[in-house]
Amino acid sequence: MTAALAETGDRRTAPPAGTPVTPQAPRRRRRTRAFDEVPRWQIYLPLGLYLLFTLVPFYWMLLFALRPAGSTSLVPWPVTFEHFEKVWNERSFGVFFQNSMLVGLATLVTTTVIALSGGYALARFDFRVKNAFMLALLCSQFIPGALMLVPLFEIFRNLRMINSLESVIIAETVFQLPLSIILISGFIKNVPVSLEEAAWVDGCSRLRAFRAVVLPLLRPGLIAVGSFAFVHSWNHFLFALMFLSEQDKQTIPVGLNTLIGADSVDLGALAAGGVIAAVPVVIVFAFIQKWLITGFSAGAVKG
Amino acid sequence: MAPAAPAATAAKTPGRTSRGAPGRRRGTGSSTPRRLPYLLIAPAGLLMLGFIAYPVLSVFYYSLQHYNVTKPWRDGFAGFDNFTRVFTDDPLFRDSLVFSAKWVVTEVSLQLLLGLGLALLVNQTFVGRAVARAMVFSPWAVSGVLTTTIWMLLYNPSTGVSRYLADAGVGSYGTSVLSDTDTVFWAVVVTELWRGVPFFAILILADLQSVPKDLYEAASVDGAGRLRQFVHITLPHLKDAIILSTLLRAVWEFNNVDLLYTLTGGGPAGVTTTLPLYVANTGIEGHDFGYASALTTVAFVILLFCSILYLRLSKFGGDSR
Repeated sequence: MTAALAETGDRRTAPPAGTPVTPQAPRRRRRTRAFDEVPRWQIYLPLGLYLLFTLVPFYWMLLFALRPAGSTSLVPWPVTFEHFEKVWNERSFGVFFQNSMLVGLATLVTTTVIALSGGYALARFDFRVKNAFMLALLCSQFIPGALMLVPLFEIFRNLRMINSLESVIIAETVFQLPLSIILISGFIKNVPVSLEEAAWVDGCSRLRAFRAVVLPLLRPGLIAVGSFAFVHSWNHFLFALMFLSEQDKQTIPVGLNTLIGADSVDLGALAAGGVIAAVPVVIVFAFIQKWLITGFSAGAVKG
Repeated sequence: MAPAAPAATAAKTPGRTSRGAPGRRRGTGSSTPRRLPYLLIAPAGLLMLGFIAYPVLSVFYYSLQHYNVTKPWRDGFAGFDNFTRVFTDDPLFRDSLVFSAKWVVTEVSLQLLLGLGLALLVNQTFVGRAVARAMVFSPWAVSGVLTTTIWMLLYNPSTGVSRYLADAGVGSYGTSVLSDTDTVFWAVVVTELWRGVPFFAILILADLQSVPKDLYEAASVDGAGRLRQFVHITLPHLKDAIILSTLLRAVWEFNNVDLLYTLTGGGPAGVTTTLPLYVANTGIEGHDFGYASALTTVAFVILLFCSILYLRLSKFGGDSR
């Protein structure tokens, strides 16, 4: 390697004639930069700019939520919680928060359990409708949930589930399922069958072998899928808007939309509502973001 | 169809329990009850039949009907009337389709470029990397409505960033970028970029981790610079992930209405109305379910056609390495 470097180095800095080459300086620089050593400023400058773009909006929301109404200060000091109190009590964000939490957790559980079962079937069995089922999962990715609102509304009306959180939980679960099944079956394929077979030889039932051997290894994948389901249903807006018309059944995004659409927008209240909407997903995100990357690289999309 | 298959084959495997003989599970599959995989996919299958397949079919059905809550006397079979109207007598359809295309292409290409750059950046080793990753990825978790909330505060002409920029001598006071037909496009594009870039960055970063390190070492021994390493090693490795994530994202951006619905409502003067937003307005606010269903059907066909074309053209899964 040194020879190759010296050679190219010589060629580039080739002195006119006769003068002795001093290879030290260029060679050392080349050696430190040889692999993925990038000059620090080439990392920190673009990263700093992008962080500005990412974080200023968050800061702006916090600023409005924490400073008193009418203040134009760029620092939220003195801190006031009047906007939070107002939104939480008067604008019923306390109730919305509970509803959203319920929908989010229920969707998380149902999606993960159903997707585990379906994903296991896809990963470990060959069966007659397998390809048709896979195709249905993929095709459903092309179906816009927003365009299914009217027929879904009619279904839930016939089931007498309008204005009950169950309707939203079912709808969120259903539209979360296809991707979750594809992801989970990818994760299960990555667990060697031989591990399960060893457990069967030891006399475990399929279910017990699955619980004892496969499930622990699926943890990163399940965390990724579960958090997807939670975050999506926490964030999703249209189903709740359509299916829940009673005030005390609504969820946080619908509440936010009401604040946005108010005749005279109360910016402090809007920002405080935004912070309340952001806190749970930010916590979930902070907790899972490392698993997110490993979870994906564990085979996810490549099936 | 699910119950029929096990019935046909049950005779071959009488009395088997779930304790199948190990090692012969795949292939003939005779060692496990044939019913098990069907039971396992049944919950997902039934839910999807009831709440995805049935609504889709009913959309197809309604697209051939006159079905308008405000004009019930016209309800009934319409043949292809709705479709004729879509293609020959609806400038709004054409406008919203054009805007959808512009929106999807702009968003997906910019998100991909920035996301790729960001992923390469935070894939380097540097001090504070973990924190930087967490921060740049964080908008991924934010909803469309919350994005609207945040950016309405930023774009607000009297209290937003533009006011402080005007104080500093940049721009003018009272600029409302969201109500000006010249600026609204880039205003919503930037807003959606803020939320959308992390999706690509996360997926591409995940894939970057699986590029074998020794490839880069070998390349740099051979004298390949960083740019050539990127073009000849990184890009080919990322190809499938990029194709798949751009497709998923394009479909998602096409279908997604949360952000535009809450941020601009399709305005001003309808210039930010995507096709799904137009459909939602027709169906939900205009109560014309029949016509909205025809629009949905057309949107679905266009989406499917574009996706297949894209996968063909990009030679997804083809051996290019």
